[in-house]
Amino acid sequence: MFGTLKGRFLVIFLILAACGWAFFDNYRECRTQAGDEPRTCSPIKLGLDLQGGMHLALEVADPEGTLTQEAKVDATDRALKIIRTRIDEFGVAEPLIQKVGDTRIIVELPGIREEGRAKEIIQRTAFLEWRLVKGGPEFRAALPRMDRAIVDVLGPQGEAGEAQADTAPAQAQRETVEQLLFQQRRDTAAAADTAAEETVETAPSRRPLTALLLDDGQPHSFLVADADVPKVVRYLDIPEVQRLMPRGIATLWAAEPESRGAQLYRRLYVVENRAFITGERLQDATATRDPQTFETIVAFELDRTGGRQFERVTAANIGEQIAIILDNQVHSAPVVQSRIGSRGQITMGNAPLQEAQDLALVLRAGALPAPLEILEERTVGPSLGADSIQQGEVAGIIGVLLVIAIMVVYYKFAGFLAVLALVFYTILVLGGLAGLDATLTAPGIAGLILSIGMAVDANVLIFERIREELAAGRSPRAAVDTGFQQAMSAIVDSNLTTLITGLILFQVGTGPVRGFAVTLSIGIVASFVSAVFVTRTLFLLYLQRRRATQPISI
Amino acid sequence: MRLFANANYDFIGKRRTAYAIAGALLGLFFVAAIVFQVSRGSWLNYGVDFTGGTLVQVRFEQPASANDLRAILPGTEITRFGGENEYLIRAPVYEEGTDASAPVVAALQERYGEGAFQVVRTEAVGAKIGGELQQRALMAILVSFVFVLIYLALRFEWRFGVAAVVATAHDVLFSLGMISALQLEVSLPTVAAVLTVLGYSLNDKIVVFDRARENLKRTGRREDFAGVLNRSINETLPRTILTSVTTAAALLALFLFGGEIIRGFSTIMLVGVVVGTFSSIFIASPVLLEIEKRWPSTAKKGSRTSRTARAGAAV
Repeated sequence: MFGTLKGRFLVIFLILAACGWAFFDNYRECRTQAGDEPRTCSPIKLGLDLQGGMHLALEVADPEGTLTQEAKVDATDRALKIIRTRIDEFGVAEPLIQKVGDTRIIVELPGIREEGRAKEIIQRTAFLEWRLVKGGPEFRAALPRMDRAIVDVLGPQGEAGEAQADTAPAQAQRETVEQLLFQQRRDTAAAADTAAEETVETAPSRRPLTALLLDDGQPHSFLVADADVPKVVRYLDIPEVQRLMPRGIATLWAAEPESRGAQLYRRLYVVENRAFITGERLQDATATRDPQTFETIVAFELDRTGGRQFERVTAANIGEQIAIILDNQVHSAPVVQSRIGSRGQITMGNAPLQEAQDLALVLRAGALPAPLEILEERTVGPSLGADSIQQGEVAGIIGVLLVIAIMVVYYKFAGFLAVLALVFYTILVLGGLAGLDATLTAPGIAGLILSIGMAVDANVLIFERIREELAAGRSPRAAVDTGFQQAMSAIVDSNLTTLITGLILFQVGTGPVRGFAVTLSIGIVASFVSAVFVTRTLFLLYLQRRRATQPISI
Repeated sequence: MRLFANANYDFIGKRRTAYAIAGALLGLFFVAAIVFQVSRGSWLNYGVDFTGGTLVQVRFEQPASANDLRAILPGTEITRFGGENEYLIRAPVYEEGTDASAPVVAALQERYGEGAFQVVRTEAVGAKIGGELQQRALMAILVSFVFVLIYLALRFEWRFGVAAVVATAHDVLFSLGMISALQLEVSLPTVAAVLTVLGYSLNDKIVVFDRARENLKRTGRREDFAGVLNRSINETLPRTILTSVTTAAALLALFLFGGEIIRGFSTIMLVGVVVGTFSSIFIASPVLLEIEKRWPSTAKKGSRTSRTARAGAAV
């Protein structure tokens, strides 16, 4: 097959046909996937840096370092599945979601425009749970001891002084709002003021936590001025304070602030410390607007088991509050009027509907087993990618023209044959990229252009040998034969060493560098085939029509 | 057309001059590297890929001034990217889990208003990943050296391998020195460029050594080692120059028209090709000669060449 000229051309034709098929196949696949969506389809997969998009590296967050390696691996595997489901629903063309190493997840979303939204969808834990709101009296009873613990840990004066300094206006404002809203409290406060002899126990510096928790008559929750929220969070985080928390209860913040007059408050709920039902029992979630209030809501439905459980708990707690908690924030805490079945809703106020749709999406896909943190984030806008492609094209065309000019001027007709081989080489590299589903990146284009310069090396080696043989007085046909033979070992050696570095780059590199390694490696193989086989074939054709002694143009 | 057709230059004889030039340039780079190490804390200008940090590339509708940007974004490094309208904003830290580009974008919006600019690229790399990438890059370069050395040891005699690696190491050091001296940003594509220089440069040396091996086999003991090497360099000179010229031509097109993103890459490669060509001619073979002089083949002169030949033929 390789022996005869016909056989050789058949092989070349088959290779070209395979490349053509690879282009066509990729293009068709892309068209089918795109459906009616207007999308530019490239026969070669473009990297994120060329078509724009987002690359994320995520890892299970473990700030305290308490997770074992197995737990991390397990959480990673589960998170991977959930992210996949979420992205599938989100609808991104050709996303890449893969695990790298044991505990890292790489997400690549080509062509994505709404990076923030996509990040939210990936990262949101979306852990939904229902807990009973209870334990207010016990919590209140524990407050004095908590206050003392805070004073012990942080010191009374310094902390209180700082607190007064930085929240003085907020505090003044709070007093007035308080006076408006909470009469009975104003009375006691006023009484204390007029008496002007605060006992040590009631002085704000002595009760740092209690002073910030405002009672609005709800048995199991408090209001905290928005400005004071970070401080209360800090107080409650103190381990000594955590230890004083009554058994079986926990505190959780409301998701949305509430306004009273001009002031914003956030509600702190006292709830059971375990959920009686979680999002695992969720069957469906959809975003809608409440027809009466026009509020954005996510309506959900529990599965049968969940529904029964829900009924049982609500039946036993009529008149009590239950908190619907998403990612440790209380979204609502309705009072149970009667037994509730398998349906419910999360109210989102006047949030845009899209936000509710995203929430419904992540709820349907399920909760992440643990929060994920983003280790690496890269986004490329579509215009930048388009620029890179265009610049790559210009540089490529000029580079090729320069190489062609040099070869033809230097080697005349033989140089022209080398240029034909170069055309074959280019098609083969692109076909190889398409066939192997490799990704073309900006450094990849650089690698491609570079390899065009290097691809002629094999031809140069051969032609120089042929010239030497001719100079040594051999007949053209013999010179061509020996030239090809003699140049072989240098070509093999030099190509193999470059291939070694290419493969190592592929192993070690990520993203764009990997793209470079792939183009370089494919380029080396292709240049070998084109220089050794195609140029040889063209030479054979050229020599066939001449007498053995007729001089050749080289 | 034929250049250097019957070249007969005394490259080997001028090796001391070549060593001096190479040594002086490397020494110069070394001094520059030390100056940068002392004055800036690092001899290489590591990009966010390796140090961790945040990069935001912004394209303005109207030309914006770098000083303005510096004023509204304190603590960041502002560099022009191509024209007057495009800037790279680098912040040294990226805290994992935060929205890295948000504060920069917010500050820009406040100053220039919405729609006055476009964020075309953001990169945020945590210190953890940065450290890992740095390690992997170093590994890549070292592993490449080891594998290539093994390959050459199998394919040629070990002396050839060592000489090729020494000459290539010269090229890699030269490239690194230039990256340091010009304070080019070191990113992942930079590592790719250095590794490609490594590959290209070795390729070049192998072609000369392949000829030397062949000539040694052919001439046996009739010609001295230095003479054979010199003749081999001269015989391969047309090819060495022409391949360098075509590769450099492609790279020049890339450098001039390929855009800002791969300019660093094409700069390194362009210099790498020139230096690689220099060392193929002036460093590789002379080093081989020095090795041969210091550690001559223990066997008799005649059998040295035949062993080389056998090693060549065996694979």
